[in-house]
Amino acid sequence: MSGSARLFEVPRRSLLGGLAALAASPALGQEVHLPFGNGERSLVRLPQKRPLIGLTTRPPQAETPFAVFNEGIFTPNDAFFVRYHLSGLPDVIDPVAFRLTLAGHVERPLSLSLTALKHDFAVQEVVAVNQCSGNGRGFFNPRVGGGQLGNGAMGNARWRGVPLRLLLDRAGVKAGAQAVAFNGLDTPPIDTVPDFVKALDIDHAGDGEVMVAWAMNGQDLPFLNGYPLRLVVPGWYGTYWVKHLNAITVLDAPFEGYWMKTAYRIPDTPDASVPPGTKPAATRPISRLNVRSFVTSHANGAHVAAGRMVALRGIAFSSDGVAQVEVSTDDGATWTQARLGEDAGRYSFRQWQIGVTLAAGRHALRVRATTPTGETQSLQPRWNPPGYMRNVVETTVVEAV
Amino acid sequence: MIVRLIALWAGLIAVLAGTAQGAGPVHYRQRADTVPASLSDPAGQVVVANCTACHSLDYITTQPRGKGGQFWRDEVAKMVNVYKAPIAPADADAVAGVLDRKFGASG
Repeated sequence: MSGSARLFEVPRRSLLGGLAALAASPALGQEVHLPFGNGERSLVRLPQKRPLIGLTTRPPQAETPFAVFNEGIFTPNDAFFVRYHLSGLPDVIDPVAFRLTLAGHVERPLSLSLTALKHDFAVQEVVAVNQCSGNGRGFFNPRVGGGQLGNGAMGNARWRGVPLRLLLDRAGVKAGAQAVAFNGLDTPPIDTVPDFVKALDIDHAGDGEVMVAWAMNGQDLPFLNGYPLRLVVPGWYGTYWVKHLNAITVLDAPFEGYWMKTAYRIPDTPDASVPPGTKPAATRPISRLNVRSFVTSHANGAHVAAGRMVALRGIAFSSDGVAQVEVSTDDGATWTQARLGEDAGRYSFRQWQIGVTLAAGRHALRVRATTPTGETQSLQPRWNPPGYMRNVVETTVVEAV
Repeated sequence: MIVRLIALWAGLIAVLAGTAQGAGPVHYRQRADTVPASLSDPAGQVVVANCTACHSLDYITTQPRGKGGQFWRDEVAKMVNVYKAPIAPADADAVAGVLDRKFGASG
């Protein structure tokens, strides 16, 4: 059945009542170059999105043009990155018929409409960064296979929903529960590809921070960011933030699915790295975001005025807040503390700014953030085979003239 | 008549796409993928025939260059052994060989 034929099945009344049909249009013909080998990309137009840097077409993947991160700490919904694993995206979602189920090792399985979810539980908001595990993979050296992303597979939003704990309490988790698994409406292209299901330990799932969200930045979730519901796991990588979330299952045993047990594993070493080109002896599931910071006010190669104060600005984030951001203009020999902007919570982007005066010539600007517990960024990039958790001190080269 | 209806609906879609979602069903239509120029020659046919069942070919063409033949043999083996892609062994070897020749070298 074609998409057009399917549209004819929708009653006219429903159309006039606000049907939104989301048809993607082709690439815009504008090219961008991510600064690594084979980094040529096209800007693409996806439904409800401004032009994004396309990575793949089916399933759709696109990252945020980096200049967007200079606009403020909240990433606009229409600029938020898109990342799917499986090409079977839902082609129609009826918000009236939609149900979220919570079943498994519980006393009273739930089947909740969106209306029930929004009205029968206490609503909560959190500002949190959603970052792809492989953000910045294209910069890994030696290069590794996988989605060759620049640094645009991240975004910060105010998420609105209900704490998963309230749903678990309503369902009544039975004694002996160990994990909670999350599935969405997207499906594999063939049956032998494991469905994209993620899991959290029962204590984490019920910590009151993990949420089932229907809105970001005050609007319904864009379709490609998980409409009508997605899991929000503050401080954890985006792989856990299951989109189009429709099935939650409480388990009385550890979850053994492919996307936890085989995929999204990091070296079981203190900083999740191994010597470049080597394989880890043991692995564990990826979990919390490490600390990162970026200059956003100036792109690599930007020209600034020599001998006059230049205002630098950027963002920093971690899974635990940002205590300090420092900038070096002398290859890391000395560091100067930047002024931190609004604190929107420990899981949010935090803006920073600093004035620097540069003599004529080329300068490498380095930025380094530190968390309240002393976690910081290294001048040497960490490496691991899947290309996860990049958090090297970033360098922006500017020319003072 | 059908054609006219399609045109009408297409116009409405153009108006509504990208606007706030209301109470009605939300439809999504996947973008049609294209065959990249680097795979559109006769040698690329075995790649197009086997790989597009599950994903667009930009999954392949955006990978780093210079990773050599083992990188591409491993990728194809993952598709066959982990995801059970229905690719005949001879085709799997052919796909890996073509990808190595096209993308395995630097540059």
